[in-house]
Amino acid sequence: MSKSFGAVRALDGVSLRIAPGAFHAILGENGAGKSTLVKCIMGHHRPDSGHLVIDGMRHDIRNPRQAHRLGLGLVYQHFTLVPNMTAAENLVLGQDPLPAVIDWDEARERAEAFQRGMPFRIELDAIVTGLAAGEKQKLEILKQLYLDRRVLMLDEPTSVLTPAEADQILGMLRDIAADGRLSVILITHKLREVLAFAGNVSILRGGRLVGEAKVAEIDEGELTRLMFGQKAVPSAAMRRASKVQPVRLEIRNLTARNDKELIACDRISLAVRGGEILGIAGVAGNGQRELVEVLAAQREPEAGDIRVAGARYRRSRQEMRRYGVFLLTEEPLHNGCVRALSIIDNLAIRNFDSRDHTALGCFLRRKALRAQAIALIERFGIRAPSPDARLDTLSGGNVQRAVLARELSGRVSVLIAQNPCVGLDFAATSEIRARLLAARNGGAAILLFSEDLDELIELADRILVMFEGRIVYETGRDGADRHEIGRHMASRQSWRRES
Amino acid sequence: MTAASELGAWGVLIAVIGGALRVSTPYLFVSLGETLTEKSGRVNLGLEGTLMMGAMSGYGVSLASGSAWFGVFVAGLVGAAFGLLHAALCSLPRVNDIAVGIALFIFGTGLAIYLGKPLIEPVAPSLPAIPLGFWSDVPALRSALEINALLILGIALAPLLHWGLANTRWGLILRTVGDSADAARALGFSVNGVRTAATGLGGFLAGIGGAFLSLFYPGTWNEGLSSGQGLMAVTLVIFARWEPINCIYAALLFGGASALGPALQAAGVTGNYYLYGAAPYILTLLLLIRSSSTRHRLRGAPSELTISK
Repeated sequence: MSKSFGAVRALDGVSLRIAPGAFHAILGENGAGKSTLVKCIMGHHRPDSGHLVIDGMRHDIRNPRQAHRLGLGLVYQHFTLVPNMTAAENLVLGQDPLPAVIDWDEARERAEAFQRGMPFRIELDAIVTGLAAGEKQKLEILKQLYLDRRVLMLDEPTSVLTPAEADQILGMLRDIAADGRLSVILITHKLREVLAFAGNVSILRGGRLVGEAKVAEIDEGELTRLMFGQKAVPSAAMRRASKVQPVRLEIRNLTARNDKELIACDRISLAVRGGEILGIAGVAGNGQRELVEVLAAQREPEAGDIRVAGARYRRSRQEMRRYGVFLLTEEPLHNGCVRALSIIDNLAIRNFDSRDHTALGCFLRRKALRAQAIALIERFGIRAPSPDARLDTLSGGNVQRAVLARELSGRVSVLIAQNPCVGLDFAATSEIRARLLAARNGGAAILLFSEDLDELIELADRILVMFEGRIVYETGRDGADRHEIGRHMASRQSWRRES
Repeated sequence: MTAASELGAWGVLIAVIGGALRVSTPYLFVSLGETLTEKSGRVNLGLEGTLMMGAMSGYGVSLASGSAWFGVFVAGLVGAAFGLLHAALCSLPRVNDIAVGIALFIFGTGLAIYLGKPLIEPVAPSLPAIPLGFWSDVPALRSALEINALLILGIALAPLLHWGLANTRWGLILRTVGDSADAARALGFSVNGVRTAATGLGGFLAGIGGAFLSLFYPGTWNEGLSSGQGLMAVTLVIFARWEPINCIYAALLFGGASALGPALQAAGVTGNYYLYGAAPYILTLLLLIRSSSTRHRLRGAPSELTISK
C-alpha cells in the first residue's frame, strides 16, 4: 500500500499479513506512517496503490462504512465518541444498518448482556463528556467489540491512560484475540507495550516497512535500532545538582471551575523553587488544563492566590515581564500563537512593545523584529521557508520550537509547561527536554504538567499527582516508583467519573 | 370603550394570552425548524428572509389559487428552497454559515418585498380560525381563543421532534453530525448531506411560519410583516436549549411579550405604547445576557455549532 500527500511519501509500498486471532503491533515513531496506514485500510484515505485481501478476496475500500461491513474496526487516537450523547446511544450508533426506530429497552438490554461478558463496564446512561479519558477509551473499545468486528485496529490507544489502565485494556484485548474471535492490530510507538503484549510486530520508518518479527524472537535493542534507524538515540538530558533556592512560584488554595461550571481545581496549593522542575502527573481531564489556563490568565480563578517571588501575581503583561513568567501551553498552534501571522510576528508576541522594538512609543521597528526572528530561528534550529512565512505552514515540531524560542530566549524565572513533547518525533522530544533541563540548571522554576510518566521521571525533581482537581500524592525524584504514581493517578483503583 | 377595558386587568391578561396564542405560531415554527438545523451543527440566520419569502409566496399563492392551505404548502416549499440554498453555499469550502445566513436574510427580505409589491392591495383568502372560546360568552375571551390549526400542528410537532431526535435513526444521525463531525465521518455518515437535509427541513418549517403571518395573523401582506421575528426565533432556540418541547414555552413567552403592547393599548393604557411594543426585543436582550457567560459554554449546545466552538 502506498500513499503520498503532495510531495511527502507517507506510505511507501507497505504490506502486512494478519492471521486470525493475532495480536499484531505496528511500531514506529511519530511520522513513520502508522496512522496513514490504518486510515488507508479504513477507507478514510484512498491509497495511491495497494489493496486489501480478506479471506482470499480482494477489496478496494472506498469509505469507512464499507470497511465496517467487512468487519474492520478502528479505535482512533482521538476519540470519536459523540460528546453530548450517552454511552448507550454511542454503542447503538455504530450499528449498520441503524434501525429506523430504536427500541431503547431492547437496545439497553442487549448492551447490558454484552457488558456482562466483558472485563469492565460503563454506565450506559453516562454522558460521554462526563467520562474520564480511560472510560472513554474503554467505551470506544466496547463499541467496536459490540459490533462484532473481526479485525480491530487501535491507533495509540494508551496515550490517555494510566499505566495500570493501559495494561488492563491491552491484556483484555490479548485474551479476546487468543480466543481466535478477533485479530488485533496495535499501532504504537511504545516499545514496552509491544514487548509485553504483542505476538508479532511490524516496524515502520519513514513510510517504509523496515522489519517484521515475532516478538518472542526479537529484543529491545533490535527493535529500537529498527525504529530509529542508524541515527543515534539521544541520551538522557544532563541534570546538574543545584543548590536549594527560595520558592519562586507559589499557588495557595486555588479553586477554579471548568467550562461546565464544575469545580476543576479544588484548593490546590504548591510551591516551586528556583532551579527545580516540579512535575504534575495525572490523566488528562483531572484539572490540569484548567490550572494551566488560570496560570496563563486564560481563566479566572474562583478563589486562591498565585504568588511569584513572594508577591501577589495578577497575571498582567507587565507582571509577566517583570517576573519573567513564561508559558509552553498545550497545542501551541491553537493556544500560544497566532497562526495566520508570520514567524517574525509570532516570535515577537512577548516583546514587540518593548523599548528596543518600538520607535516613539508606538511604531514598530520591523527591522529589529526581523533581526530577532532570524537570530532565534538560527539558535533554536527552526526549519522554516522564510521568517515571513505564516506560522501554520510549519510542521508541529517547528511550531513547538518557535514557541520554545519565544518563551525560553528571555530571562526565564518561572516556566509553566504542559505536555511540551506531545506529537513530536524522537529528536525534537529530546531536544525540548534538554532545553527544559538547561533552563532549570540556569535557575528557573519550572512547573511541568505531563501525561507521560516517563517524561516526568526523566525531568522532574519532585512529582505531584493531580486527581479530580486535587493534589493527591507527592514523591521526590529518587523515590519515584511508576506503579505507585500510576496507582494515585487512578486513585483508589476505581474508575471514577471526572467531576 | 373596548371589551378589554371593561374587564380591566383581567382584560389585559386575556388579551396577552390570546396574543400569545396567535403571535407565537411563527416563532414556534421558525424555532422548531432552527432547532433541527442547529442540531445538525449549523446556524441558519437567514430565517428572517425565509419567513418573509414564506409570507409573500403563501399570500400570493393563496390569492391565485383561492386555497389558503395550498398557499401554506407552497410557502413551505419556498422556505425549503431557501434552506437548501443556505446549505449549498455552506457546503463550499471556507464558507461561514453565519455570513451566508446574514446574506440570505437580507436577500430573502429584499426579494419578498420586491416580488410582493403587487400583493399589498388585494385580499387573499386566509386560514380559518378554530373558535375554542365557544363555551364562553365573554367576547374578549372568545376572540382570544380563536386559534389556528397551525398552532395545534406546531404544538403537536414539538413532542414528535423530541421523540424523533431520541428514538429514530434519523434523529441519532442528526445529533451525531451536530455534535461531532469527526465521529459522524468515522461512522460513515455524510456530514454535509445530513446538514443539507436539516437546513432544508428547517427552511420548510420557517416558510410555513411565514405563511401564518400573511394568511392568519396579522393576515395581510406588507413590508414590515415579520419585524425581526425570524431573528428572534434564533435567539429563542438558544433559550430553549435546543429542545423542541421548550420551544413551545419559549414561543408562547415571546408571543405574550409581543402581545403586551396591543393588549395594554386595548385596555386604555396608551402611554409608552412603543416601549411596550419593544417588549419582545428587550426580552431577547435579557435572555441573551442571562444565557451567556464568560466561564462556560452554553449547556446543551451542539458541539459543532460555530457559536459554541
